Amino acid sequence: MESIIGIKGKDFVMLAADSTHPHSIMVLKDDENKIHKISDSLLIAATGDAGDTVQFVEYISKNILLYKMRNGYELSPKAAAYFTRKNLADYLRTRYAYQVWLLVAGYDKKEGPQLTFIDYLANTLSVKHGAHGYGGMFCGSIFDKYHHDNLTQDEAYEIMRKCAREIQKRLIISQPRFHVQVVDTNGVKRLEDITTENLKD
Amino acid sequence: MALNDILKHMPSINDAYNDFKACEELSFANLTQNKVLSVPPYCNPVENLAKLQEGNSDVKIHFDHGTTTLGFIYQGGVVMAVDSRATGGQYIGSQSVRKVVEINDLLLGTLAGGAADCTYWYRVLTSECRLYELRNKKKISLAAATKIMNNIIYSYKNSGLSMGMILAGGDMNQVSLYYLDSDGTRTTGKVFSVGSGSIFALGVLDSGYKWDLKDEDAYELGRRSIYHATHRDAYSGGTVRVYHVKKDGWNLISEEDCLNLHRRYQAEKNN
Repeated sequence: MESIIGIKGKDFVMLAADSTHPHSIMVLKDDENKIHKISDSLLIAATGDAGDTVQFVEYISKNILLYKMRNGYELSPKAAAYFTRKNLADYLRTRYAYQVWLLVAGYDKKEGPQLTFIDYLANTLSVKHGAHGYGGMFCGSIFDKYHHDNLTQDEAYEIMRKCAREIQKRLIISQPRFHVQVVDTNGVKRLEDITTENLKD
Repeated sequence: MALNDILKHMPSINDAYNDFKACEELSFANLTQNKVLSVPPYCNPVENLAKLQEGNSDVKIHFDHGTTTLGFIYQGGVVMAVDSRATGGQYIGSQSVRKVVEINDLLLGTLAGGAADCTYWYRVLTSECRLYELRNKKKISLAAATKIMNNIIYSYKNSGLSMGMILAGGDMNQVSLYYLDSDGTRTTGKVFSVGSGSIFALGVLDSGYKWDLKDEDAYELGRRSIYHATHRDAYSGGTVRVYHVKKDGWNLISEEDCLNLHRRYQAEKNN
């Protein structure tokens, strides 16, 4: 399974996601973007069942935009995460539950940065750092050692590189490229991809 | 919005199940409403249909399966190449299947997986694309066409459909390539190959692929990739068909028996 990683800093949230799209034993595609921009202050990284991820995130994304159109103001990152959780939980009790693992990242001018970890059972947790997928298992201790509350964006990017390097070293599944995006008071920005080549530098 | 007009009529899977309140009463609703497929008249088709396909079952159903199809995008457009064999289990059902579906004069699609599923849903897609043209007085974009197909396929997710489609076509003055499958995947990319022979085709395709390929070299790369798949994969064979898709429409480049290709390539190798 693919990896998605999230880190919350003092005034930003950074997400990284590997860019492979596996199909059975084959890599179908190596430049897939799993971090979806929902608005200028909200990102959702999603992994899990092939069709479900895109279908679910699009459903959530369009409904959050609809809310903004109807009310003239946007859902806060916290509200957006709760809305996502509620939908996932409702679908869990049907025959067509979505098999998706999510990280919801947002920046709110009043509430500050917000990172929410949601799994396929709709377990929802507000976290300082989090990860999904097999690759994510290798990241826990890296976060514990290097994360602190006054993290800068450069430091966070360096932690992402450490995680990617560890995944590429120890995980048997090849994940050669990670997309990185950050959300802060200036909106959403895509950073340079972390790849096997530029990790050597 | 036009797309919404189409989508709101799209049935959910619940409607399909409700057609079978009583198991003995068969429904033929799909003849009049082509997007509501009658699911097999028993509960949980995924689980129970699998039983009919197992080796130790008294009733055996073999769906047509093995295939090699490919499509790649390059400097001069898209090349699509396919074989033409249909197999049901160990049996070769046909050597003359047309696995490239000509949706209209701009769009092409390839067919892999369950032959019945693919041909049926391509027929539905073709009609949807034509209806879009009649409603909106313009050709449908590939993005919209694949989205319609994907939404239909996704509503039948986990009901036992088996399809892997590569679609190519000109839209908005450019050529694009999409991959769709019965898991509900819909994605764009540069190189796709689907079917039991895809692992063999990709070996040749990936090592010869470049963006700057000349047209003739691109056709030959597609043809060669399929030929090598027909050689290694018992479930692929027959005729190798190559198509070229450009912004203003598609062309059939060649149709050659894989045995002739084999003789030619072997002769080249021995020289």
